[in-house]
Amino acid sequence: MSAPGAQGAEEEAHRRDVPGPLGFPDPGPPLFASVADVRQRLADVGYLADDGIAGVVHLADRLAKPVLVEGPAGTGKTELAKSVARVTGARLIRLQCYEGLDESKALYEWNYKKQLLRIQAQRVVEEDDGAPGRQAPGTAGGGRPEPGSWRDLEEDIFSEEFLLARPLLEAIRSTEPVVLLVDEVDRVELETEALLLEVLSEYQVSIPELGTVRAEQIPLVFLTSNNTRELSEALKRRCLYLHLDYPSLERERDIVLARVPGVSEELADQVARIVRSLRTLELKKYPSVSETLDWARTLVVLGVESIDAEQARATLHVLLKYRSDLERAAKELAVAGEDRT
Amino acid sequence: MLDVLTGFVGELRAAGLPVSLTESIDAAEAVHHIPLEDRQALKYALAATLVKSSAHWKAFETAFEVYFSMRGPQYDIDGADAPGAPGGETGEGTGDAGAQGRGGGGEGLSPEELAEMLFRAVLAANDAQVGALARQAVTRYAGMEPGRPVGGTYYLYRTLRNLDLDRLLERLMHTVRADAPEGVLTPLEERLARDEFQARLGRLRRELEDEIRRRLVADRGTEALARSLRTPLPEEIDFMHATRDELASLRRAIHPLTRKLAVRLARKRRHGRKGPLDFRSTVRHSLSTGGVPVDPKFRYPRPAKPEIIVIADISGSVAAFARFTLHLVHAISSQFSKVRSFAFIDGIDEVTRFFEGVEDVTEAVHRINTEADVVWVDGHSDYGHALTAFWDRWGEEITPRASVLLLGDARNNYHASQAWVVQEIRHRARHVYWLNPEPRAYWGTGDSIVGEYGVHCDDVFECRNLRQLECFVAELE
Repeated sequence: MSAPGAQGAEEEAHRRDVPGPLGFPDPGPPLFASVADVRQRLADVGYLADDGIAGVVHLADRLAKPVLVEGPAGTGKTELAKSVARVTGARLIRLQCYEGLDESKALYEWNYKKQLLRIQAQRVVEEDDGAPGRQAPGTAGGGRPEPGSWRDLEEDIFSEEFLLARPLLEAIRSTEPVVLLVDEVDRVELETEALLLEVLSEYQVSIPELGTVRAEQIPLVFLTSNNTRELSEALKRRCLYLHLDYPSLERERDIVLARVPGVSEELADQVARIVRSLRTLELKKYPSVSETLDWARTLVVLGVESIDAEQARATLHVLLKYRSDLERAAKELAVAGEDRT
Repeated sequence: MLDVLTGFVGELRAAGLPVSLTESIDAAEAVHHIPLEDRQALKYALAATLVKSSAHWKAFETAFEVYFSMRGPQYDIDGADAPGAPGGETGEGTGDAGAQGRGGGGEGLSPEELAEMLFRAVLAANDAQVGALARQAVTRYAGMEPGRPVGGTYYLYRTLRNLDLDRLLERLMHTVRADAPEGVLTPLEERLARDEFQARLGRLRRELEDEIRRRLVADRGTEALARSLRTPLPEEIDFMHATRDELASLRRAIHPLTRKLAVRLARKRRHGRKGPLDFRSTVRHSLSTGGVPVDPKFRYPRPAKPEIIVIADISGSVAAFARFTLHLVHAISSQFSKVRSFAFIDGIDEVTRFFEGVEDVTEAVHRINTEADVVWVDGHSDYGHALTAFWDRWGEEITPRASVLLLGDARNNYHASQAWVVQEIRHRARHVYWLNPEPRAYWGTGDSIVGEYGVHCDDVFECRNLRQLECFVAELE
């Protein structure tokens, strides 16, 4: 096992040759010093990572591999990508997936209108000149081809100038550091997933008319999935896998403390504990972390110092979104009928 | 290092996790980038590269704990050399010594003192002490004997029985109640305190499990143990033999499963673009190209939404299986034009009404078990009577669009089979399928008469776990 992880000047030297000797893309200089460093810096921007999250982010940077983040809705999957972008000072490029997403929305598209204009302009120039001639006023931009020469025209209209970069290509072409977020990748059809594969494993995009566009630098890629369907093996194989579940009691309390201004430690603790109890019930939809935060914010706005049954009942609808869930929660937590204050 | 890693990958594969070659290469690459002395970091690095599904996490964790337990908590392998085969002699020695050493402190406690200390430790949420006491408790109560061929669960059971966690919980609750102002807790506080202690006791339980596993490994060596501790993945748990915990995890697993199935079925419907040529439309569109049919048009297929009739045996032996199937079919009922369910033991009753207007399928299943009129004589399965009763009352209503699912093990207590009913149903309905939760090898043994019914069905499926159930429903169109 030779180690492309060995650092030094030599790494700088062949930074541009993307596939390394063993087919591992060279990750470039490390963004993070260690797992602890990841944790610390994410915490600084208000994202509390646990060991698993920090470890995977660190590895993603070192191995230059995309991260597939899976888990229930509202556990901070998208937030993770955003926070990493903020920490590393990289630009966040986001590709929101939906059913029916295709190449022209994800990778690149030729700017047909501009190409048409270019051809039109060519014709106008020729007609103005009357006969094939050299001089022409600067109506159309770019290098002027020999009029009438179809090949030149073709080369001209299939150049980068007429290419509309969509998120994936944009992330690859960017010269500054980039975090690419492919959001809710489980929404695209199984066949469309294949679009991502070349980008994710080789960090390159092949455009038939232009050739292959290689990455200037390796972007950090996050794919998120709500697990509405099984992703293909091919995609999973190319990614590091991170399952984001509901946080532990302590972590949730810390998240509330970090994210909700003006919340007291006692209230945060109570909130986290009630939410944990709710998650042990059999509900249709469990309260997510973002809903916990909303609830804590509501309580702070209402000026609640410590939650009693009455307040819990009045504000529970922030956490739970189904009537049957609300009823069950009220029954189980005994905050429903009898008022005892 | 490489040997250790490939050994571990082999272990994962043996546990049923799909680990590809590239993934194990990634894992080998990943361990270069983490400090090897950090056990947690190693675990997460391996998990990120090797495990690509959250359902497999538990199996991975067990395998990891067992496989790397021999190598000591400090994980003292340096990258260069690979210390022989997994579970080598040296490892065994250190592991054993470690276990002894840790269990050494506080040997002379009486059971009462131990219980008291445990009570205090849990009350104060002192994790370190809880861990130490857990080891102590295992030493004292599990009664582990070297070389005895019993599983870890047996020792765990013995330890837990002696510790009596339920009483401990009550005692904790009692203390909290006594500490509260006015000596009373509001129901909310009570509930929160209970959940808190349950979580702490859960941690204690995990400590016990870990300790028992450590000792088993020291006794028998990694490989033997890994084999015996292999837990089935959730989708492979057998309905018929699932424990209560496993049933709970199955219930959780079935929810995303239904969503996935519904999405898949809907998609199939929308994207199946292979219809026959639409001549009229083609000619119509050819007008724009001067009558030359350049662009042939096709009809979109309109797949019929099948009607589903589920007839389920809900007698004790197969209840769990029937529950899951009803659950699944009703959860995706939007994909079928109509779902009707019937439940029987020796009498039969339509149970569709229990699912109507109910958001919570679990609730519906519960009501079926308590309210539906499914017992005729003695509450032992009688397929013959149930089927004839079905035919008399509802036989007319089976339409040629209906697919009939019969669920059950066909263990008929030696009653008459009345297989002609299935034959009649077959004549009326589009398809008749029989799902049997028993292993194929048991079919037709004892009072099982699945063969008699099976000849009249389109197909008989073995359906013992979620994976098989999922496969079947996906094909059902």
